[in-house]
Amino acid sequence: MTLTAPKPTAPAATDRAQTAEPSTGARPPRGRGSASRRSGGGPRRPLPATIALYVLVAFTFAVFAVPVFWLFSSALKPENEIYTFPLTWLPSELAWQNFAEAWTSAPFGAFLKNSIITTTAGTTLEIGVALLSAYAFAFVYFRGKMLVFALMVGSLMLPGHITLLVNYITVSNLGWLNTYQGLILPGIGSAFAMFLLYQQMRQVPPELVDAAMVDGAGHLRRMVTVIIPICRPMILTATLIVLIAKWNDFVWPLIVTSTSDMRTLPIGLMFLRSQEGYDSWGPVMAGTVIVALPMLAVFFLAQRRIIGGLTAGALKG
Amino acid sequence: MSVLLQPVRRPQPSKGSAKVPQRKSAQISRRNRKEGLLFWALIAPNLAAIILFGYYPTLYNFVLSFTEWDFVQPAPVIVGLENYIELFQPGSMLMGALSNTAIFVLVAVIGTLFGGMAIGALLAQKLRFTGLVRTMAFAPHMLPGAAIGVLWLFMFDPNYGLSRWLFEMFGMDSPHWTTTSEFSLWAITIAYAWQRLGFVAIIYYTAILDLPKDVYEAASLDGARGWKLFRHLTLPLLSPVTFFLVVTGIIAAAQTFDIIATLTNGGPGTSSTTLPWMIYDQAFVDFNIGTSAATATVMFVLLLIVTLVQVKFANKQVHYS
Repeated sequence: MTLTAPKPTAPAATDRAQTAEPSTGARPPRGRGSASRRSGGGPRRPLPATIALYVLVAFTFAVFAVPVFWLFSSALKPENEIYTFPLTWLPSELAWQNFAEAWTSAPFGAFLKNSIITTTAGTTLEIGVALLSAYAFAFVYFRGKMLVFALMVGSLMLPGHITLLVNYITVSNLGWLNTYQGLILPGIGSAFAMFLLYQQMRQVPPELVDAAMVDGAGHLRRMVTVIIPICRPMILTATLIVLIAKWNDFVWPLIVTSTSDMRTLPIGLMFLRSQEGYDSWGPVMAGTVIVALPMLAVFFLAQRRIIGGLTAGALKG
Repeated sequence: MSVLLQPVRRPQPSKGSAKVPQRKSAQISRRNRKEGLLFWALIAPNLAAIILFGYYPTLYNFVLSFTEWDFVQPAPVIVGLENYIELFQPGSMLMGALSNTAIFVLVAVIGTLFGGMAIGALLAQKLRFTGLVRTMAFAPHMLPGAAIGVLWLFMFDPNYGLSRWLFEMFGMDSPHWTTTSEFSLWAITIAYAWQRLGFVAIIYYTAILDLPKDVYEAASLDGARGWKLFRHLTLPLLSPVTFFLVVTGIIAAAQTFDIIATLTNGGPGTSSTTLPWMIYDQAFVDFNIGTSAATATVMFVLLLIVTLVQVKFANKQVHYS
């Protein structure tokens, strides 16, 4: 009964969609956007609904953009403009001295250096370690390896805060407090990156690996010449995710560093805030820009890859 | 797995060995031993780091939770269940931290779920500028929590922050968000939700675009539209994603530390003290190692329950990585 009824309307509907599609381009304002969308035609939305939707789009944009805009605007405002009300949205002149003041009242140069060192060294080590183990799980024969795999992936269930105290004691006993190795090494064990890379390596066609093997390539050569080039996109994604996490890391650098010359940017920012008190939001916002800007830059450069990588866990495929 | 192992397991054709089965198997086992050694060598760095900085601390933390220590005494003193008994007194710091954590996590997770689904659905409409909004929405998820905390600290400022501007539009005074105990927990919840909202929205957006078109065509031919379509089709189809977001949302929110540290320091008093803040505060400010360790164990058990629920009900449509 339901089969017969739709039949006549179905071709009509698609017809309409097909003929409507090209003509949308000619229609007044918003044709271009809708023509390029994935799902075809459909009935055209009434104008009030369209307006309402655009209001919602604008509102959503404001929710995310206004605080970010406020951050940059405040970082560049001269002091008197920060403390006026009604507030001003744009600085009348660009007060770059906020950055200079942030830079001199806290050793931001050292913070930046420490963040760069710990992030790059930590990321390189973690990805390297993850690559080796992912390759071992994917291509090296060992009877009980899935048991070891489960043990390693199981570490994802350990929240950072349960390991905090004892890791502090361990690092302290090793004499590593306030050192780069103390900042970096406890974070290089990687179940997440390994899992991501392992899944990618399983997709590599076995014929390719076989061919390399027949050519006499040992495991090392196979890994370097076959596997790593094929998995490069996923390695890049994993690297970005690990990099962001390390740059943003807070609680571990907070407890393991004790002098300002060893602090990383997020920790330095917190100390800048507490030592500047309530009367210098300009420099504090400038410091916040220094902390946030590198990750915003990374994000805008590699947006698709980062979103793809971070959302990959949630969705099928 | 087994398919992938085949090329490795297949014995290599080598001279002469094929005739004598015994020698062949000896060769295989020697080969396997070599492979086994290589296997351990390759995973050694990762495994060592995971055991030394993951499993061992978890176990030793459990041991420490039955002791009293202040980092100064030469060694922890065993006190049995005392820490736990103290923690579970009514009105104790843990009770406050548990209820703060529960409120924070519930509001943050539910809020970002509804907000994120609405934004995700909006972005999936045929509208212009949605790409720009998508980028903007996701950006806060990239930012260090410390930066978000400090930025919101300024915005929450009742004299010079955006909060005053927003409340004056409605003819009201801005609350003292971070310095009064009625509002401090809400301050961290709002800042945290702002950070996560875009991530949730993008997940929903991607999931909505992935919804099977044919099912929708069939349903709309049957006359379903608007709210009915959403309620009876979209919502159920999105339920695996929602489940994923609930579980990972609980785990992420329950561990939030940087925003609290920069916004409120767990205060005023203990009004915004959550479990992670209490663990930090007890160990590294008050030097009550045993109390901190016991609190960490409580948190671990709670999160483990959430994780096990996830593992048990993990839908085939949802992949976790």
